[in-house]
Amino acid sequence: MSEHDESRTPVALNGLAANDPHLQPAARNPQLVERVIALCFLAGIILVIGFGACYWVNAQPWTLGATMGGGLFFLGIGLVAWGKYLMPKGPFVEERHTLANSESDRDAFAAAIVERGGSVIKRRRMLGGLLGGGLGIFSVVAIFPLIRSLGPLPKATLFHTDWRPGTFAVDITGRRVRKGDLAVGSIVTVYPEGFQETDNGQAVDQTVLIRISNQDFTTQKGRETWGPAGYVAYSKLCTHLGCPVGLYEQQLQLLVCPCHQSMFNVTNGAVPNFGPAPRPLPQLPLYIDSDGYIRAQKDYGQPVGPGFWERS
Amino acid sequence: MSSDVINTKRAKSEAAGPYGKVGHALNELDDRLGVAKGGRTFMDKIFPDHWSFMLGEIALYSFMVLLATGIFLTLYYIPSTDLVTYHGSYLPLDGQRVTEAYASSVNLSFAVRAGLLMRQMHHWACDIFIGAIVVHMARVFFTGAFRKPRELNWTIGTTLLILGIVNGFLGYSLPDDLVSGTGIRIAYSIILSIPVVGSYLGFLVFGGNFPGTMVIPRFFILHVLIVPALILGLVGAHLFLLVRQKHTQFPGKGRTENNVVGTPMFPVFMAKTTGFLLVVAGVTALLGAFAQINPIWQFGPYEASRISYAVQPDWYMGFLDGALRIWPSWSFHSFGFTIPLEVTVPAVILPGILFNIAFVWPAFERKFTKDFAMHNLLDRPSNRPKRTAAGVAVLALLSTLFIASSTDVIANFFHLPLEEVLWGMRILVILSPFVAYPITWKICRELQAVEGGGKRKTTNVVTRTAEGEYVATAAPVYVDDAHSELEASEVPTFIVEEADEEGGAGTRTVDR
Repeated sequence: MSEHDESRTPVALNGLAANDPHLQPAARNPQLVERVIALCFLAGIILVIGFGACYWVNAQPWTLGATMGGGLFFLGIGLVAWGKYLMPKGPFVEERHTLANSESDRDAFAAAIVERGGSVIKRRRMLGGLLGGGLGIFSVVAIFPLIRSLGPLPKATLFHTDWRPGTFAVDITGRRVRKGDLAVGSIVTVYPEGFQETDNGQAVDQTVLIRISNQDFTTQKGRETWGPAGYVAYSKLCTHLGCPVGLYEQQLQLLVCPCHQSMFNVTNGAVPNFGPAPRPLPQLPLYIDSDGYIRAQKDYGQPVGPGFWERS
Repeated sequence: MSSDVINTKRAKSEAAGPYGKVGHALNELDDRLGVAKGGRTFMDKIFPDHWSFMLGEIALYSFMVLLATGIFLTLYYIPSTDLVTYHGSYLPLDGQRVTEAYASSVNLSFAVRAGLLMRQMHHWACDIFIGAIVVHMARVFFTGAFRKPRELNWTIGTTLLILGIVNGFLGYSLPDDLVSGTGIRIAYSIILSIPVVGSYLGFLVFGGNFPGTMVIPRFFILHVLIVPALILGLVGAHLFLLVRQKHTQFPGKGRTENNVVGTPMFPVFMAKTTGFLLVVAGVTALLGAFAQINPIWQFGPYEASRISYAVQPDWYMGFLDGALRIWPSWSFHSFGFTIPLEVTVPAVILPGILFNIAFVWPAFERKFTKDFAMHNLLDRPSNRPKRTAAGVAVLALLSTLFIASSTDVIANFFHLPLEEVLWGMRILVILSPFVAYPITWKICRELQAVEGGGKRKTTNVVTRTAEGEYVATAAPVYVDDAHSELEASEVPTFIVEEADEEGGAGTRTVDR
């Protein structure tokens, strides 16, 4: 150990002489620092007044933020500098007191709980059991409002939509879609007629209607009648996380989900060929009635959207 | 006896004493609450100085900014999904049917003085809050500040991070704009993916199938009351434990396991920390003024069948979004049941594992190192290569997952096929922790060697003797050297002559 500068040795805070180096400011030139801090505070005051003025005259939002932020910033910087450069520089030292108590205190504490409490409870095991049982039952019963009243039980809700045999397909304005409405390669989002009246009609029943060709279109075996006049319809809910499958890549005949980039091939039953979606989009069987309106043959026949436990 | 004491004190206060009116007021307070002794101890409390100890303060002060701006916002926001026709000052939306939640959010941005500033400050403060918690947590982890006796405070801090993320998501959902609505839809689907209870849980939280009718009012009360109350209580407990157990400090001159070296609470620390509060608030206001965030009027109101493209969630949700993107589409079906593993694994199990690792780490390290001692002095991260490497490995995993949340943006920007970007990210995410761990471990070992194994660096005086030999001797410790109490590093020998074992000519090794 070589020589020490005593002023850098930590000392206790109290009992120092007034001229002790530990109580002196850290700045080499306190007068200069004081002037700089004063300038900071002045700038802060001017900006804060400016904030009041800007607010009063209802100026642009950015002027409010600039004056308030700048004002607080300068006041803060000045105060930090005051503390750092003009207040006692220290270093000061404080002893840590052991948090743990003496052995006898600990024993007395443990004895109070284990011996006094334990003996009383042990002697009356039946009472303790009954009380514990009562509180336990209450805590179970207290969960009932949480599991019963907060919402309805799912039951079959997740398994069907509002599409019924013969439901008209309507667009977002409620207008029925007809055979001549879409050119080949066009797409429109359709809903079962009356969807505005249901709570989650738009969210669950949304369906993309794509005209793939001019002839009846079969996307998969067993779906020969589902695509009259080239119209095919798929649920618009991505089977990954339920985002609307909103991007239609016409050249590649893909429906793309913008959330996590799952891609569904619309020509072969919307089988996913890229991304995290695990299942094809359910296809809605369509027919065109004698007046040319596009209608559903029946519901999807399977849950739409993301997976869940009860889905088989 | 007790009346004696009161009388003496009263007599003292009546005489005003050497401390004048302030002293009198303090005496009156002490008569009633007995605060003099504890108050003195508190004023004298020593805070160690290190820049990294400010990180937690940033979190605390951005939380205060959140409370202040949040109170402002609740005065104008209406938590209702009733449809209204918008006739406000933002003309592109005029005449649209929107929810009251959305209309009031747009109105408080444009029609209320300073409303837009408050909304943007609130959003920025949230991003800063969670960011500061993460960086603070990293500091605590890498320096070993979580060790005994501070394990409980580590647990509280980790819980605060989770609550912060949850409340950030809830608040993000409230304006009911197109982007946040999509976020809620995804959250609903994630709840749905939980095995056995998922659909019940979803129906209970949302009051029915998505979107339900209750989501905005329920998210509102959770966001403005229940979660903030939990955060506030836990912040109080966090600070109480910090005061009770006193701050940790880095090793250095005069610093031991049994003391704290630094500056006192009053006035030095108080001045610096209050100034810092003002700086944090000021910077948040400047961000709110100049950096646009979440322009809900551009996104438009939420409609279930509309969606926007290339919109990222807030940064702290990025790692979840990235995991959801790169996890393959492996859904599990059996016995008439489905476990949507493509969602459950990345969005439920992965964060569950990550946060549980954080919770059990102190216990894990105690068991692994058999170190059950109390620790008030901090570690240099390089002196704990395994812990540091493990921490960096987790950060590497989180960072690559975060990057994976913008696969589509990367593909567009670099004109790469999406599939290649996806596979590249999958490989990067899997490799990153396994690459980060050994590299960090090696760097730590190298740093230990550079440091001279915890020794003080010395400057050396090199003299040439009359015979022409060069001799290096250690110079005396310079005045302000914070490490003056450490052992000096070795004085180098410039040329070492070593006999060649194989009997060749002597080799001259230059050491250093």
